[in-house]
Amino acid sequence: MKILVTAKRLMDPETKIKLKKDNSGVDLEGVKFVVNPFDENAIEEALRLKEKHGGEVVVVSIGKPEVVEQIRTGLAMGGDRGIHVNADGEIDSDAVARILAKLVEEEKPDLVLMGKQAVDDDSSQAGQLLAEYLGWGQACFASKVEVNGTTATVTREVDGGLETLELQLPALVTADLRLNEPRYASLPGIMKAKKKEVKEVTPASLGVDVAPKVKVTGVTVPPARSAGKKVESVQELVQMLKTEAKVL
Amino acid sequence: MTTATHASNPIGFSLTDEQKQLQETARKFAAEVIRPVAPHHDRTEEFPEKVLRKAHELGLINLIIPEQYGGLGLSAVDGVVMTEEAAWGCAGMATSIMANDLALSPIVLDASEEQKEEWLPKFTKEYRLASFCLSEPGAGSDVAGMTTTARRDGDYYILNGAKQWITNATYADQFTVFATLDKSQRHKALAAFIVPRDTPGITVGKPEDKMGQRASNTAPVIFEDVKVPVRNRIGEEGQGFMIAMRTLDKSRPMVAALCVGLARAAMEYAMDYANERKQFNQPIANFQAIQFLIANMAMKTEASRLLTWQAAWALDAGIRSTLYSSYAKSFAADTCMEVTTDAVQVYGGYGYTKEYPVEKLMRDAKLMQIYEGTAQVQRMVIARELLSKR
Repeated sequence: MKILVTAKRLMDPETKIKLKKDNSGVDLEGVKFVVNPFDENAIEEALRLKEKHGGEVVVVSIGKPEVVEQIRTGLAMGGDRGIHVNADGEIDSDAVARILAKLVEEEKPDLVLMGKQAVDDDSSQAGQLLAEYLGWGQACFASKVEVNGTTATVTREVDGGLETLELQLPALVTADLRLNEPRYASLPGIMKAKKKEVKEVTPASLGVDVAPKVKVTGVTVPPARSAGKKVESVQELVQMLKTEAKVL
Repeated sequence: MTTATHASNPIGFSLTDEQKQLQETARKFAAEVIRPVAPHHDRTEEFPEKVLRKAHELGLINLIIPEQYGGLGLSAVDGVVMTEEAAWGCAGMATSIMANDLALSPIVLDASEEQKEEWLPKFTKEYRLASFCLSEPGAGSDVAGMTTTARRDGDYYILNGAKQWITNATYADQFTVFATLDKSQRHKALAAFIVPRDTPGITVGKPEDKMGQRASNTAPVIFEDVKVPVRNRIGEEGQGFMIAMRTLDKSRPMVAALCVGLARAAMEYAMDYANERKQFNQPIANFQAIQFLIANMAMKTEASRLLTWQAAWALDAGIRSTLYSSYAKSFAADTCMEVTTDAVQVYGGYGYTKEYPVEKLMRDAKLMQIYEGTAQVQRMVIARELLSKR
């Protein structure tokens, strides 16, 4: 089976976030970039499915030439080849979905695997939009994926429990954290990745207009945490939870 | 990959994309696999076999094996970049991870084609350890004063003697042993041999109870009438000293990288603690007394890294690296001793206790000024190299 999987480049979630002086966004100067952790789960799942059923894993990333680093990480983990959609500037979730829809038309994968959301803007939209554009079945927030011939059985994490879906392939699945534990890119993997093909395309060559429909107009940091209070007794604690915190 | 970068840009400090990935993999491994278990292995001196097996699986062991013998064909720059990361996790484990490279270097550098085919690929195929047996109870810095003898007997050599401070010896599957064919001829009479562990007559003694780097295994190895086939000799009779020195030229930048990783770990701990610890109603990082300590740590760690990269670059460029290797090893070792000592100082009384991580780093650091050529031997090498050219 052929699987298309995404590898979004974003700042390392471990980094301390600093805003630009004009609050127009996050200051990216000197920041380390990684593959979106949920996309890493998606890549891992794609590789496991390939190891079980054979086939090919194609790693896609959209953005400036630097995003090829994230594609290479996917290839070093075991992906077969990459597609870099070279695009500058803000690309909103809808544009991402329309770009991926075009790539799906060309590549004709049996399955598209994506992270359930990117941990930078937490939109959680691109996967769902893509399935809509393609008219495919979708299963988001997957914690288990099994493929049987022309169907996929997906367990998804919903509020208060698990839901199991059966999907007709081709389909779209987005990965949750508990789906698997992503492997390390091994040294042999990294050395082999150098020789793997990464094709470059552009939104224009795909015929996709990426003019944003949604624009970020400003960001703010959450208010600093105020100091805690020490209480003398349980009674006082209950009292304060009622009157000050208003949680009881 | 590195040579190409440097050819087009004679002085460059940037890493290639692949090198960044190698660094990232080593960094993740150090943070997620090595560091969490480092205190346990320091306390118990239990050998970190699980970590080493995982490191082998990822390809972090046997960095120097060339591609045609099943290795990855990495450059020395690749090696120092990754070794710094491993040592950041735990210097003791990094020493054990590196030990195969030290033992296999004589084979990579000076063995015949047949010997390379026979002895190298098995190390990348399966988890195996090898130990470098050079030092002796009475021959440390004075390598040529060794008393382990090799006597030719038909198609064999008969080895007799004792080796000391042998890294990973208890768990090694294979030894690279240096011995003398004639004690009176000193360095002119040394030869190097590949000796499988299961050869009769080999005894590995009790592991040392060390001050630091307690995760790494260090033990004496005794050879009693050990029969080694002539075809296991690396190079010619009398080339042993040269082979040992070439190996050390190659390994010293890696040891220097280990020092850099250790110093970086201590510096990071000291900075975080200085920001957190309050005295006189403010973080101690506000005081110049602490700031100057931190600034010195950072300057010297950075300088150590540059010397280390330079030495690795010289190796990759095929330039005689003896001087660069010794600059890097001695400066980085002295630096990591100083930085770890100052890190304990920043922590004050807490730093002196085992509740906090920096006293371990200080104990680990001391070894760096001793093994693979003491701080003093490095200076002898440096002075000799420089003075002989005037």
